[in-house]
Amino acid sequence: MSVPISWYLLLSAVLFGIGAIGALTRRNGISIFLSIELMLNAGNLTLIAYARQWNDHTGQLIVFFVMAVAAAEAAVGLALFIAVFRQRRTIDVNRLNLLQG
Amino acid sequence: METVIFFLFAALAIGSAIVVVTHRSPIYATLSLVLTLFSMAVLFVLLGAPFVGVLQILVYAGAIVVLFLFVIMLLNVQKEEDAHVDRGVQLWIAILGAVVFLGMFWLAFWRTGLRIGGPAPAPLTEDLVSLKGLATALFTDYLLPFEIVGLLLLVAVIGATVAARRPDSETVRPDDDYVTAEDPSTGPVLPREARS
Amino acid sequence: MLELLWLIPILPLAGAAINGLLGRRFPKALVTAVGVGMPLLTLLLALGCLWEYSQGSFPNEAYEQVKYAWTTGDLAIPAGFLLDRLSAVMLFIVTFVGFWIHVYSAGYMGHEEGYRRYFAYLNLFMSAMLMLILGNNYLVMFVGWEGVGLCSYLLIGFYYDQPVPPAAGKKAFIVNRIGDFAFLLGMFALFAKFGSLTYHDVLPKILGDPGAVNSGVYALGLPFASFVALCFFIGAMGKSAQIPLYVWLPDAMAGPTPVSALIHAATMVTAGVYMVVRSNVIYQLAPEISLFVAIIGAATAIFAATIALAQTDIKKVLAYSTVSQLGYMFLAAGLGAYSAALFHVMTHAFFKALLFLGSGSVIHAMGGEQDMTKMGGLKKYMPSTRWTYLIGAAAIAGVPLLSGFFSKDEILHAAAGSHHWVLWAVGLITAGLTAFYMFRSYFLTFEGKFRGTHEQEHHLHESPPSMTMPLWILAVGAVFAGYVGVPKVLSLGFFHPERFHEWLEPILTPAVVARESELGSGSELLLILITTAVAIAGILYARYTYGGDNGLAKGETWARRFPLLHRLLVNKWYVDEIYDALIVRPLAMISRFFWNVVDTFVIDGAINAGAFLTELTGDVGRFSTTGNVRNYALYFFLGVILLFWWIAF
Repeated sequence: MSVPISWYLLLSAVLFGIGAIGALTRRNGISIFLSIELMLNAGNLTLIAYARQWNDHTGQLIVFFVMAVAAAEAAVGLALFIAVFRQRRTIDVNRLNLLQG
Repeated sequence: METVIFFLFAALAIGSAIVVVTHRSPIYATLSLVLTLFSMAVLFVLLGAPFVGVLQILVYAGAIVVLFLFVIMLLNVQKEEDAHVDRGVQLWIAILGAVVFLGMFWLAFWRTGLRIGGPAPAPLTEDLVSLKGLATALFTDYLLPFEIVGLLLLVAVIGATVAARRPDSETVRPDDDYVTAEDPSTGPVLPREARS
Repeated sequence: MLELLWLIPILPLAGAAINGLLGRRFPKALVTAVGVGMPLLTLLLALGCLWEYSQGSFPNEAYEQVKYAWTTGDLAIPAGFLLDRLSAVMLFIVTFVGFWIHVYSAGYMGHEEGYRRYFAYLNLFMSAMLMLILGNNYLVMFVGWEGVGLCSYLLIGFYYDQPVPPAAGKKAFIVNRIGDFAFLLGMFALFAKFGSLTYHDVLPKILGDPGAVNSGVYALGLPFASFVALCFFIGAMGKSAQIPLYVWLPDAMAGPTPVSALIHAATMVTAGVYMVVRSNVIYQLAPEISLFVAIIGAATAIFAATIALAQTDIKKVLAYSTVSQLGYMFLAAGLGAYSAALFHVMTHAFFKALLFLGSGSVIHAMGGEQDMTKMGGLKKYMPSTRWTYLIGAAAIAGVPLLSGFFSKDEILHAAAGSHHWVLWAVGLITAGLTAFYMFRSYFLTFEGKFRGTHEQEHHLHESPPSMTMPLWILAVGAVFAGYVGVPKVLSLGFFHPERFHEWLEPILTPAVVARESELGSGSELLLILITTAVAIAGILYARYTYGGDNGLAKGETWARRFPLLHRLLVNKWYVDEIYDALIVRPLAMISRFFWNVVDTFVIDGAINAGAFLTELTGDVGRFSTTGNVRNYALYFFLGVILLFWWIAF
């Protein structure tokens, strides 16, 4: 018996929620990034689920692109982290507070 | 059968996701993310997208997570000293926000007539699953996005290289005013042994 | 030539623009060439148009030229120029006298700092005045009306670095404004009733159907024509300095003397009379208002004459004299003798301008001194000025065969002929006073011994030809201008009698044209003799009092005998002080209240409150910029949720 699509969607939502909480509460910059990757994956799951539902390739293709973009984003983001670390010797986001007004 | 696999790997995914989000050590968090990605890959295959599943393992778990690990070790990121989550307003608002978000999804389900115990999807077709169908669509309808993503990756590579390189003058300033006593990380680039 | 009528107001305007905008780098000769040349061209053009008009025949004896269809919303005014019997007279006066005063100014103002500015303003004035008299509807007239008010203000306050002139200019403008308000109300009423302000539309309609126009109460408990007539007259009160709005004219003497001559004697102040004569159709339908006009005119005439008796500043004497003579004009207009009023406008323009220019000549020679008690015996040094001034004084006094004699007589004849004996008596007494104070000023200035300083005595000289030539030309006018209005009893079969009145007939109502005097020619002659006798008596008494070597002494005994009266007269019956206490001060108090309380607390307070709120918002909002990236991420997240809500639901 097949699993109804809605279950996958629910799972995706839960994973997204978990990732969101992580992104908002962690102090460590790297950990925030990990949470963001988690959120992206949750989105991917939704897309694949709908591709299945409507029997259309488009969802899978979008996931393909999302992965590419996530890779690019991770690369650039981590490079930025390295640069910040050089200046400030920390990646604790609480201390990276030069924007405070 | 399918149901069992689904529940098993869904539970695994959620469990490891929670570990990613809560564990104090970033290394363990990253490794936990790998587990999550594996579970997701299985679920992708279950949904008739084997190619995407394999891609997930190769690209995500294989490349991106490795990149994360490299950077963590490079920066010598330590375990977070105190509690890994902030007590206080930030946490509560975040949880609240996530709950609201999920609640919205629930409502959205109700609106669209989707039910937890909904109708099963149609059986998988050859076309959906096969690589041939995917590739055809990719290289005909979606050629332009494909090329653009290629360009994007090029730009990202260049950007990352530029952002992370050492400043030319090699003036590694002491940064006395920035460094605080609590901060354990000292060496920027070289491991301790090499400096002395 | 007539098709160039529209150029007549435009040429001086061009002169004003050239001198005003470009003239800063012009050499003085060029400024003069433009400033005097434009009025000359205007005069020549006007003469040409007048010639063509007098030779040709036109419907309703009027040549009209519509130049611009002035439309805003519902208001559609065909603006243009009208040359008819009435505006022809005014055109001649304004351009002729105006031109010679410009010539005089070149000499008088020759050494002044603001020479260029003066000519620009003076040309602008000519343009506005010409627009006023040539307009074909009340609105164009009003444009000119306001324009001359503006130029009056600019020219009175010409010496802006001194304290008095700007204040005097303001006073003139503000007092005028009161009249203007009433004038506007009258125009609104006319427009509301007829949908037009053009003379050839409105006036024949009123004439043709008086019953429809004038039935029932329109406003202020008055029927329509009375209301409009009253409003217009209040406007005239302001512009032509009648009681109670005359107070600005004596103060206006702070301006340069040629300005006083042109604006405050010959032209602008007569605009009110012109307006009343133009609207004679309306006044004929409002007999109580016309009577009111006559009474005000007579009262003003005698009131101002009494003040002139005691003034020592020569220009103030002439200023009050102008107010008094304007009173005569309104007396005539109020009695329905519109041609007499206009006749007096014409003769007065000549002799009053002459007198003012003569006084300017004297002031120039005295190095700026205007106090007659410091003058005396100037006839030795300034023969031209002396003789022309004497001619002017004689003319205004009503010496027989000079212009003033004829015009003043017409007015008194109108009063007697309609059995308004009180008004006639007032006019007669005023004539006597006029003769007296004018010759007082002559004797104190030109006869007797010089009472000034040695400095001044050295300086005394006759004025240059640029100043004396206009004096003589105006003197010719002052002598001969009266012969167009010789009354029948005096025509002796030689002169064409009542020529002036005939000329104006087309613009008057048939009732006025047909009116015959109720006096027989015998009584008329008797009255003329009485008037002449009174005038001569005034002159002789002035000679007796002030004519000797020490002219002042006898005058001062009078002052000592009636100290209270003397004080009242010298201080102009304290009218300015009364106005100040009753009107100016309370207004100032109210203004100060509005300034200190309303403006500072309420209006500024509201603005400041707005600023304060903005600051407050900023101070509070500042707390959201924590610099903590996670907070920002949280805001993102919340924003996304909101967006999702909005899209999904």
